[in-house]
Amino acid sequence: MTDFFNKTDLSRKDAENIVSNTLNNCDDGELYLENSKSESIILDDDRIKSSSYRSDLGYGLRAITGEVVAYSHSNEISKNSLKQSADNLKSTLKSKKGTYNNSISKTNEKFYNNINPIEKKSLNSKLELLKEVNNYVRSKGAIVQQVTASFAGEHKAIEIIRSGGEVLTDARPLIRFNVSVMLEKNGKKETGVYGIGGRQSYDEYLKNDNWKKVCDEAFRIASVNLDSKPAPAGEMKVVLGPGWPAILIHEAIGHGLEGDFNRKKTSAFHNLMGQKVASEGVTIVDDGTLHQRRGSLTIDDEGTPTEKTILIENGILKNFMQDRLNARLMNTRSTGSGRRESYKHVVLPRMRNTMMLNGKYSQEEMIRSVDKGIFAVSFGGGQVDITSGKFVFNCTEAYEIINGKIGSSIKGATLIGDGPSILKEVSLVGNNMMLDPGIGTCGKAGQGIPVGVAQPSILIDKMTVGGTQL
Amino acid sequence: MVKDKDYLKKTASFCIDLAKKLGATSSSAAVMHSISETVNFRNKKLDESDRSDNLGVTLTTYIGKKKSSISSSNLSEDNIKDLIERCIETTKITPEDEFNSLPDKDLLGIETKNLNLYDDDHISNDEKIEYLKEVEESAFKKGIINTESGFSETKSNFILANSDGFLNGYKSSSFSASCVAVAKSNENMERDYEFTNTCHLHDMAKPDQIGSLAAKKTIQKLNPQKIESEKISIIFDRRISKGILSSLAAAISASSIARGTSFLKDKINEKIFSNTINVYDKPDIIRGLGSSYFDTEGVKAEELKLVDQGILKHYLVDTYNGKKLNMQSNGRSGGTSNLFFEKGSISYKDLLKLNHRTLYITETIGHGSNFVTGDYSVGATGFMVENGVFKYPVSEITIAGNFKDIFKNITLADDLEFKYATNAPTMLIEGMVVAGK
Repeated sequence: MTDFFNKTDLSRKDAENIVSNTLNNCDDGELYLENSKSESIILDDDRIKSSSYRSDLGYGLRAITGEVVAYSHSNEISKNSLKQSADNLKSTLKSKKGTYNNSISKTNEKFYNNINPIEKKSLNSKLELLKEVNNYVRSKGAIVQQVTASFAGEHKAIEIIRSGGEVLTDARPLIRFNVSVMLEKNGKKETGVYGIGGRQSYDEYLKNDNWKKVCDEAFRIASVNLDSKPAPAGEMKVVLGPGWPAILIHEAIGHGLEGDFNRKKTSAFHNLMGQKVASEGVTIVDDGTLHQRRGSLTIDDEGTPTEKTILIENGILKNFMQDRLNARLMNTRSTGSGRRESYKHVVLPRMRNTMMLNGKYSQEEMIRSVDKGIFAVSFGGGQVDITSGKFVFNCTEAYEIINGKIGSSIKGATLIGDGPSILKEVSLVGNNMMLDPGIGTCGKAGQGIPVGVAQPSILIDKMTVGGTQL
Repeated sequence: MVKDKDYLKKTASFCIDLAKKLGATSSSAAVMHSISETVNFRNKKLDESDRSDNLGVTLTTYIGKKKSSISSSNLSEDNIKDLIERCIETTKITPEDEFNSLPDKDLLGIETKNLNLYDDDHISNDEKIEYLKEVEESAFKKGIINTESGFSETKSNFILANSDGFLNGYKSSSFSASCVAVAKSNENMERDYEFTNTCHLHDMAKPDQIGSLAAKKTIQKLNPQKIESEKISIIFDRRISKGILSSLAAAISASSIARGTSFLKDKINEKIFSNTINVYDKPDIIRGLGSSYFDTEGVKAEELKLVDQGILKHYLVDTYNGKKLNMQSNGRSGGTSNLFFEKGSISYKDLLKLNHRTLYITETIGHGSNFVTGDYSVGATGFMVENGVFKYPVSEITIAGNFKDIFKNITLADDLEFKYATNAPTMLIEGMVVAGK
């Protein structure tokens, strides 16, 4: 465990006193301390392009009264610095008065004791493995023009000190292994990317030559795209494959169900609680407790234990995702969804692992039912405008469907839809739910945090495909 | 107060000296400090204050042609020592790369003229609050149901050092304010924004300008229609048109060229835009948002005419990729500085009238740019313009094409302004495909 008060003139007692003193007349707040270490090794263009190591240390002091949040952060853990932060907070909240709520929920059992992906596997073996990856992919033939492979590992220790001296701690490992392949055939170039990761040691992901499957998949996606034709343009039926395509759920629905947008009434869902927002058979949950997934944490960044939150049950809107601030102002409870990128950032209600649960149809049935449409297997990034509800995402692997059969692959199409109405267009929910491979990062208000998604195949009756073929 | 030059120099020199003592044959270090204070308002009330104090160091060590780097926000001497030791150990086992090296000594930059990038003025949070009150007062028009605005002040200082004796840095400042408004009509909600961002406090736009523009733009977007899929002329508002330059910059970075992953590889001295198009990257604009005295490696950056009468003249070259490509660094490690299209010859009004029907785009969403193939496909919102008149808002459509074609079919208006680090006039593009109904 990290001792944040080692090697500084600030004792734990001092810190507790400053926190209690500052937060006395506030509704909420805490001192958040963070010590993170991360390592990144990148192989590119036949050589190790970079090996870097980062160590980050800092605190964020937060005070909240009513709707007003005062925040101050610094990398200097010292008496002077913390006092300056405290003064800064007091001056913002000088005319406000609140009542501090001392109660915090009982916590989960710690998820990730003793996993440190950086120290556990030696740098040498990581360097060797990247070279093997490069050789393995390039041995697939002369069409392989470029290979990039990388390891990224992180270990983050956090501590939360609340007014009254309550202390909560957590340790969070996170790793990612990624391969990108560029192929060239007859003057045409295409890229394929695949990655895996989660909150475990590297060995768990790389045993049994698992890394070869990652390489094979990146190569396969690039090969498919080499033979692709331009995507169609216009409204049509879309079948989404299982797993990672659930970022559609994340973008289209998830963000709109975050507490802050609904308290501020800027989400298209803010007045729809208890109402039918999706087709029958659609159930969506956000789960922070899944085994070793990117979005799984013992506690959120305010100390609330994570949980499985039902957002939509059989088409009916049941819950928003809440942090403490928005829960208090909306008279409900925190769902353990208060997250921040680091001590440099304020807490916001965020997603963890967002999943659409199984229905009863097979993927084959869905495809058979489509006369003209597309089958989207994988996506790059997505984005949503919370207020208008419009969202997009980019296909990285997709095929046309003609008369119930999968046809040629199509390249680079963007799908665009309307969040509140898209779930009503879901006509069939598959029985093949899959988790994503562990690669998702969600961006909101300039903060990137690791998340997961999952879904079975689904059939959407009407969506706009943004290709170039009219 | 941001840390002074002496403190930063001392820390940077400590790193360089220790690295040498531990066996580095060369090294470079950067030490940065910034303090930023932000106040946010919502619906005419104080919502959030944020003070951010960021100190950081990065160090790259070389042993011959081996290289590794560390970075940290913990500048205690013990920690720095541990990290440098770790960095040296890592460097020793990292394989050699023949192209690794510090920049050539005679390319290193020194300050020759004062670019006036630092304004010592400080605006207190109470004064920020006064500004934001005016912003929101002018934003609350009929139909607006929510406003969020913010005012941010940042002061930064940094030092870049290397073992060839380079030890240079400078202070900079940034002041910015923005307003996001939400409007509602029936069940439709729309959001839009306006902002100002400058080096010097007194160059900022007036608060009522920010608020009323944000509100006006938002209300205009209400009750949009989806249009049919078709091939149609498109105009990019200045918010969006600068993105075409960012795409150009990504595609001509020496790193993409050296890796062979750019659609503009081997296109030097070839025509990639139409005759009328000129693109400049100018690092020495006084108070410029992208101005700098040298690049992230310390190399002096001169003004470059990247595109001359449609012909690509330069890549953006750093030391490492320059050596790979057998080219000299042109001080673009870290990218472009103040990048802009030379303004066109047609007025904004005439550009709108050039076609009977034009789709005017004000916002794009999604990450649909592929720099390997040049394919481009993004979600868009905007307005249908008929005979120069804005008719109705449009949303839930996508626009798609390929940069190779897009670049050749650009007509620029004469309304270039310097609001960002990368700037372009309003832009007409022929031949893109819209996907809608």
